[in-house]
Amino acid sequence: MREVDRHVVALEVNGEHAELLLPVHKTLLEVLREDMQLTGTKHGCELGECGTCTVLVDGKPELSCLLLPVQIEGRAITTIEGMAKGSDLHPLQQAFAELGAAQCGYCTPGILLAAKSLLESDPQPTRDGIREALAGNLCRCTGYSKILDAVELAGDRMMSSPPRGVAQSAGGDEEL
Amino acid sequence: MGASNNGFSVIGKPLPKPDAVSKVTGRAIYADDMLPARTLHCRILRSPHPHARIVSIDTSAARRMPGVQAVITGADLPIKFGILPVTQDERALEHEKVRYVGDPIAAVAAVDEEIAASACDAISVEYEVLEPVMSIDEALVETKDERIQDYGGPNNIHKLVALEFGDVDAGFARADHTREDVFFFQGNTHLPMEQHSAVATFVDGRVTLWSSTQVVHYVHRALAKVLELPMNRIRVIGAAHGGGFGGKTDPFAHEIIVSKLAMLTGRPVKCTLTREEVFYAHRGRHPVLMWVRTGVTKDGRITAMHFRSALDGGAYGSYGVASTFYTGALQTVTYDIPAYRFEGCRVFTNKPPCGPKRGHGTPQPRFALELHLEKIAHDIGLDPVELKQRNFVKPMTRTVNWLRVTSCGLEECTERVLNASGFRKREKKRGHGMGFAISSYLSGAGTAIYWNDMPHSEVQIKVDRGGVTAYCGAMDIGQGSDSVLAAIVAEELGIQPADVRLVTADTDTTPIDLGSYSSRVTFMAGNAAIQAARKMREMLVEAAAAKMGAPVEAVAVGGGRIGDFSFEDASILAEARFGTLTSAGSYTPPKIAGPYKGSGVGPSPAYSYSACVVDLDADPRTGLVHLNKVWIAHDVGRAINPLLVEGQVEGSVYMGLGEALMEEQEFRKGLHKWPSMLEYKSPTFLDMPEVETFIVETVDPEGPYGAKEAGQGPLLPVIPAVSSAVFDALGVWIDEIPVTPEKIVEALRRKEKGEAARFGPARFPSIPYPACIKVEPPAKELDRAAPASI
Amino acid sequence: MLRLPRFKYLRPKTAREAARMASELGPKAMFVAGGTDLFPKLKRRQFEVEALIGLDFLSRQVRAGADEAEVDAGVTLASAAANEHLSATFSGYAEAAGVVSSPPLRNAGTIGGNLCVDTRCNYYDMTYEWRKAIGFCMKKDGDICLVAPSSPRCWAVSSSDTGPMAIALEGMVTLAGADGERELPVAALYRDDGIDYLAKQPSEVLTSLRLPVIEGNQSAYVKLRRRGSIDFPIAGAAVALRLDGATVTRCRIVLSAVASYPLEARAADDFLTGKTLDEETVRAAAEIAAKPAKPLDNADLTHFWRKRMVRVVVEQALAAAATRGGGSMVKLLGQHPG
Repeated sequence: MREVDRHVVALEVNGEHAELLLPVHKTLLEVLREDMQLTGTKHGCELGECGTCTVLVDGKPELSCLLLPVQIEGRAITTIEGMAKGSDLHPLQQAFAELGAAQCGYCTPGILLAAKSLLESDPQPTRDGIREALAGNLCRCTGYSKILDAVELAGDRMMSSPPRGVAQSAGGDEEL
Repeated sequence: MGASNNGFSVIGKPLPKPDAVSKVTGRAIYADDMLPARTLHCRILRSPHPHARIVSIDTSAARRMPGVQAVITGADLPIKFGILPVTQDERALEHEKVRYVGDPIAAVAAVDEEIAASACDAISVEYEVLEPVMSIDEALVETKDERIQDYGGPNNIHKLVALEFGDVDAGFARADHTREDVFFFQGNTHLPMEQHSAVATFVDGRVTLWSSTQVVHYVHRALAKVLELPMNRIRVIGAAHGGGFGGKTDPFAHEIIVSKLAMLTGRPVKCTLTREEVFYAHRGRHPVLMWVRTGVTKDGRITAMHFRSALDGGAYGSYGVASTFYTGALQTVTYDIPAYRFEGCRVFTNKPPCGPKRGHGTPQPRFALELHLEKIAHDIGLDPVELKQRNFVKPMTRTVNWLRVTSCGLEECTERVLNASGFRKREKKRGHGMGFAISSYLSGAGTAIYWNDMPHSEVQIKVDRGGVTAYCGAMDIGQGSDSVLAAIVAEELGIQPADVRLVTADTDTTPIDLGSYSSRVTFMAGNAAIQAARKMREMLVEAAAAKMGAPVEAVAVGGGRIGDFSFEDASILAEARFGTLTSAGSYTPPKIAGPYKGSGVGPSPAYSYSACVVDLDADPRTGLVHLNKVWIAHDVGRAINPLLVEGQVEGSVYMGLGEALMEEQEFRKGLHKWPSMLEYKSPTFLDMPEVETFIVETVDPEGPYGAKEAGQGPLLPVIPAVSSAVFDALGVWIDEIPVTPEKIVEALRRKEKGEAARFGPARFPSIPYPACIKVEPPAKELDRAAPASI
Repeated sequence: MLRLPRFKYLRPKTAREAARMASELGPKAMFVAGGTDLFPKLKRRQFEVEALIGLDFLSRQVRAGADEAEVDAGVTLASAAANEHLSATFSGYAEAAGVVSSPPLRNAGTIGGNLCVDTRCNYYDMTYEWRKAIGFCMKKDGDICLVAPSSPRCWAVSSSDTGPMAIALEGMVTLAGADGERELPVAALYRDDGIDYLAKQPSEVLTSLRLPVIEGNQSAYVKLRRRGSIDFPIAGAAVALRLDGATVTRCRIVLSAVASYPLEARAADDFLTGKTLDEETVRAAAEIAAKPAKPLDNADLTHFWRKRMVRVVVEQALAAAATRGGGSMVKLLGQHPG
């Protein structure tokens, strides 16, 4: 096998800076999961066909299976681990939990991040607008209905209250 | 919508799932998220030929590669396994013969996945290539080289079934009208978002396997058999689950392989299948060719039905024997058929093995049956809905093939969707159509896969110092079985679901449950949980009553209190009184199978019912279909958690629409034509219409609080309703799934030319079915029908 | 997990430097911008390279002028689709950029990348193991075409959405080589060959697209695919029209995904020019445009049906372009038929 080209790469993930010596052919998906233990980012095809591995790069959804860390140095990366503020869930996370928008939960991190990006640019999207924005993310469990409901609910809540997390009580609350 | 919670404090409430927060925060640990220290990575070399004998395997170059720790072949794992006791025909690695492109041959454990993959490429295998068998027709005739399997037959037939209930010939003789139709349902696959993954360790002489499986118990059994270890040396734990739909219900080669490699290397070994390999693991929907003949009176009452099926099974048995029976079992559970003949056949072909997918073996005949009855209605000038309704089964009856129907919400489901959709008043307009269909499904199979008299589900509860833990082998695959357990235990003990800790799907620590398939968990684990919780409640109440100096009847349970005490104080009183507080419950289905061989497939303690209306536009010029809306009503008996029931119903509608319109497995030159997420078409957000869901509660006499299944049944009516709506829009029948635009255009072309206005198979092949086993039907009224066992 | 093969990553600062690197390394190196087409193909081992030359230096500006718009090759498809000037003046182009693949891919994929996107074939866009099992084809590692085994050429399909539209809009691309820049009409960027589908030198970097402002031009792109998102086109029509009242004074129709290059329907253009645009002329023009389209059995759905659909997408695109002034938007066929 050819020898490995390694680069020192400075990444900013969820507001934290990390400098890593990485084989340059390792995708962001692999680096997040295997070098940074951020396994909340899932993968379903590694070919850009399913949306499961979506992360935010400078606030926009991109597919981590098709990104090289060396290409995104200096840009802000957000993964699912960076969505809640401490133990305060993001309103989208709260709404997804409440409305059963996560069944097996495997596509959920990617969809939450894509929805976060949407609500940041359009806090009150139409239902069709949500469909358009999330059209790169496949889900096999929900039929998308509860996801659409949850994004709408979170959008409404974010409009009517200051954009900060809703308290999540320890151990999972029955009033969730 | 519309779920009641009369008298309950938890049951019937739309509560979030216990794992909701871990799933929305990315903290749930799926098998591929695990990376124990010193983990080796496994890749599997698979067959490039659909059918070949293996002459030799040379692994020496792979073994020499730096970083490679172990290479194994079939010689290391020669013992055969399989999900059904009658078809133990699989090897984890095949060293004699390969039967489909993707059949596993060798496996490598290396320090990283890149090296493991390169090492697989360095293994050289010499094959003697055999003529592949790629279709039902080819499987029915003599093969050029040799048969795919060395059992079954003649030719590549795997299984033949022939059953007759009542006097079918007499039934046809008294019919005013009979009709025959042929249908084809193309195969498709589960496509869970999570690729199968398993991690094994071998420590202190014990194998521990974390896997993305729907059934830890069956994996446990297969590992014990192939690894030749006692079951007490093996522990199987279900990792957080990224979607199953039936596709993770068999024990799989990679689960056995990583266990073996962990034993050989003494290090943790992980294998995550690539998406392409997931298509090869498959066990999905069988392609089924069907022929059906039905006789009716002039007022539309069915007098007799004869149903034939031919299933393209792929290369191995899997659940195929059961699948074959299922293509003929549940026709009678929705329509009152006084005389019924079923002939089924499964063949082997050189394709990935088919098995159970959501609705296991029943979506195909449901598609055929619903369209067939519509055509009969058109023949005799009767409204199709009316004809179906006239034949609906009634609650508390037994079908001609001895299936026991208890609660049945068919009428109510039908009315709900017809009224909400305005189906009866729909405007007749070319290009716009509405279709209606109904269905039924099991709440768990009444008999176990391997014959035994033990319970199908067991639950234990431990209470100490106020903490409640429920243990059950059931695997939450995203459908919410953990929620059901927590809700039931909480309801019975007067606490909240969040107060219940759950330990599930771990063969070391949890009592058995036969797994998350067959829509069985709510019904079976739910009943076991009620039993265990009530025993616990009795102890708590007795201790509280003693302290209060009151009779047990005076002790109220609820709101976190047992009589005068907080739940925690009551548990301390009970622990002081009884010692360690544990209780157990179990569920064994009633022995209700009919008195004939083959009666084990079909009986269920209860059947769910669904009705569906699909509204769509179909463009006559292009054949393109645009879905406008779907209305679906589902008789779930009682919704333990209506939020989760809706989720199951909506997800079923989605999967049904995908199968109806675009999902299909095709093969070309012996290979899967499109093993990728791009080319296998799973509907996106933009392809899915709005769904209006109605939960119908018939309160089943034996279900937990009256509950029945919700995870599979609602898929069934969607598919025929789509095809029926296309007929409504354009006047052509698409008798073949999926309904693609090219088929619609072709059917319209034929209609224009004066040919039959349909697209579908022309004929059903000649199959050497044996003589039918003739079975006397039972008395129709339930109380007059004595339960019988095989 | 499918992984990338090992490669070196080179980071030139300018297009000229990139071109120099590429000409030194020859076929052992490839350019990468968004990577949305390249990385899946590398993972499937459809390309073998020793080095990737990163085009991260490419600018990402859209410059709107009175005579033309200049779109830098590094502009993402999402930015192009959302650009107000492009949407107003070159609506068909913004529309085409907005229907490439899926939203997250459009955030990474660039307009330069989509112009240069590799031709596709469902015998070729498969993993190494799959291609090895079926027998390698001439586009990679083999010597026959599996779609048309008796054919001496490769029939992989041009799958760019924006390329046909850029041709219809009479766009020009700027190519930077080691020794300087040159301009090329977009139409001249493509060749009728599934393998050597681009007419540019392999070492030339596509740095920008220029779309001339043609007074009164109205454009639209209609894409046919199975699903509302993710899928590549299985037929598509790009139309740019200028109308004087109802009379067509200028017309360019270019088809996507029906040949190894964007197929210009010149005969249909000539037919329509000078005619009144009505139902009848639209139908006749679509018929003429569709005639040379020869879909083969190497993409989704049957080629018979795809062939039939070419006329439909052309009609829809013509209708959409003609009604652009009124702001009507024809929905994608994959989602909204009829």
